[in-house]
Amino acid sequence: MLKQIRQAGPWLLSRIEKIFSVAFTPAWNPFYHLGALTIFFFWVVVVSGVYVFLFFETSVTHAYESVEWLTHTQWYLGGVMRSLHRYASDAAVVTIGVHMAKEFINGRNRGARWFSWFTGIPLLWLVFPLGITGYWLVWDQLAQYVAIATSELLDVLPIFSDPMARNFLTNESVSDRFFTLMAFLHLIGLPVFLLFAIWLHLLRISRPTVNPPLGLMIGSLSALTVLSLLWPALSQAPANFSQEATGIGFDWFYLLAYLLLDFGSPALMWLVLVGSSTLLCLLPWLPPRRRSPAAVVSLPNCNGCGRCVADCPYNAVSLAPRTDGLAYANEAVVNAELCTACGICAGACPTSTPLRRKSELVPGIDLPGLPIRALRDWTLAAAVQPGGEPGARVLVYGCASGVNLAALRNSSVAVVELQCVAQLPPAFIDFVISRRHADGVFLLGCRQNDCHFRLGVQWTDERLAGKRDPYLRARVPRERIATYWGGQVTRAEIEGEINAFRVRLHALGPYQPVPATPAADEVAP
Amino acid sequence: MTVSDGKPAQKYTHMPESKPAQSPLRQQRRLEKYPHALARYAGQAVAYAAFVVLLAFFATAPAYSPVDPEAAMIKLSFIHVGQRKVECRKMSPEEIALLPPNMRLTLDCPRERLPVLVELELDGKLLLRRELVASGLSHDRASSIYQKFVVPPGRHVVTARLRDSARTEGFDYTRSTDVVLKPRQNFVVDFRAEAGGFSFH
Repeated sequence: MLKQIRQAGPWLLSRIEKIFSVAFTPAWNPFYHLGALTIFFFWVVVVSGVYVFLFFETSVTHAYESVEWLTHTQWYLGGVMRSLHRYASDAAVVTIGVHMAKEFINGRNRGARWFSWFTGIPLLWLVFPLGITGYWLVWDQLAQYVAIATSELLDVLPIFSDPMARNFLTNESVSDRFFTLMAFLHLIGLPVFLLFAIWLHLLRISRPTVNPPLGLMIGSLSALTVLSLLWPALSQAPANFSQEATGIGFDWFYLLAYLLLDFGSPALMWLVLVGSSTLLCLLPWLPPRRRSPAAVVSLPNCNGCGRCVADCPYNAVSLAPRTDGLAYANEAVVNAELCTACGICAGACPTSTPLRRKSELVPGIDLPGLPIRALRDWTLAAAVQPGGEPGARVLVYGCASGVNLAALRNSSVAVVELQCVAQLPPAFIDFVISRRHADGVFLLGCRQNDCHFRLGVQWTDERLAGKRDPYLRARVPRERIATYWGGQVTRAEIEGEINAFRVRLHALGPYQPVPATPAADEVAP
Repeated sequence: MTVSDGKPAQKYTHMPESKPAQSPLRQQRRLEKYPHALARYAGQAVAYAAFVVLLAFFATAPAYSPVDPEAAMIKLSFIHVGQRKVECRKMSPEEIALLPPNMRLTLDCPRERLPVLVELELDGKLLLRRELVASGLSHDRASSIYQKFVVPPGRHVVTARLRDSARTEGFDYTRSTDVVLKPRQNFVVDFRAEAGGFSFH
């Protein structure tokens, strides 16, 4: 029951994502580029903010007027820039929220990935103050509310000897120096810290995607620009401390938490903010689970070629000077703290070949929990199923993050489960087809751009297409290989695809091997 | 990629070419039967439209009133240093002689300040009575308060009282005013001893 509840989240999310994939294709699906979209919105905010600041006057008496002038007199550019500034900020909050929810639901915040999750929480503590100080600068009714509420919130902390809220008792009590401070925080202080925090957030990720696809950038920016023209962001009545601000046009993306202040107390708001942040920080370890053992290097089989280093999505493998005296310059070294046990490194190792006959199958780098030797044993065991339809026997290699692979098994379909589809060395496909262990190989993985281990689907595509080492040998007939990057699809969907593949295999007839020399059939370890 | 020893990675191109590989994306699109490009762009437009409508709406709506728009507000706030808890005492020459030469003063003034007692009444009804402890580790700094009261609009008598001395009865400062408060009005009760006591804004 608990397992079903836990699986319901990813299943539901994948349904939503699939709808978006129909319109956007997986390449442009915004759900697969949430982090990069957030960074893109940040840059939109930066550029539009710089433009708005050129016309902004940091004084109590002129701040409101300068924003009004920009909004109404220079509506065609200044007004649009101001609106882009606001809407892109709000869009970033949405993408951050969905990004966090998605990573949590898919369990991508656990294990070695805790660091990216953990360092994402301080980002929240920078993004929200950044937005709130921005509203403060407009000096309208919303600014008045934000100024008083935020001051009351800060006043419960034992850092100010005098109540900060006293600065907003009357119109005369606000000074220009306050605007200078806010402008500094909003324009320099917080953005600089935010950039540093983004860098930290991406520190342990190999090849982080910091820019969404061009099409998604154009689409998002166009949509925000159209919105800015049709529904420009406007100031409310100017701040007036002789009257309470009511009926405020409230930005619910940034200010929702302020309800805790108004309906509870500043202490309650701090309790909820700090408590929820602490809980979020601890989520990667709740409940505690045993981590899969990290990849290990077998030095006698490692020649320090660096393919595993190039393919590791989490910078867990690096090259170091040789320590065992063999005549190679380097050796692979695994940082177990960073390793997610995806097995992509083993799939990249040129020694991970089941075609090897002259020595024991121990690759240069391997997963102790699911070694390449076990993959070969399972492949051989799966291939001997009796009763399969001649000419249409399919061996499915699927990743553990997708559908329930065991349910796909039948007399003509054998299944081998991998940690990630890129754990499969291309030589296995050659092995299965050339040795006639099956008539075709069906690779089943996460959706494109949404691989559970980030780069597994991309690396597999490139290996099959001969663009990434280790390549699939040219002799392997591509028509006997099918890839389906479906993620959390239903059993019926995947069975339909496999059956369609079997029909194509049947039409191809029995596999006719290309004449090969024994030397060509072997890949030296 | 380039291997670590500087030589290009080995390519297995010695075998005859089989049928060219179909691009993975094309294969994926074929398998998933994506709609025509125009239909997809229309779908994207719908998604973008829904997104920006969500942004536009929740960026300003629904409107929020942190306080009742029909009510008025009284804010009592001040910063004031209470009198010394112990009066300054003139030190004897012997006591002064015991001090380091650079710290010799004629008066011994303990730092601690008395708490400030404040009362606020509205139409004879007590809204607040609080003893404000002096801030600082040695309680040698100012006492302060920032307190809000939501009150009905209309004519009111506001009375503020403050005691900052060691007296046990009565107050050192008292001021009362008759005021007509409008809805949403923010009526501030401040205190500055140097200006003579309470002020109303």
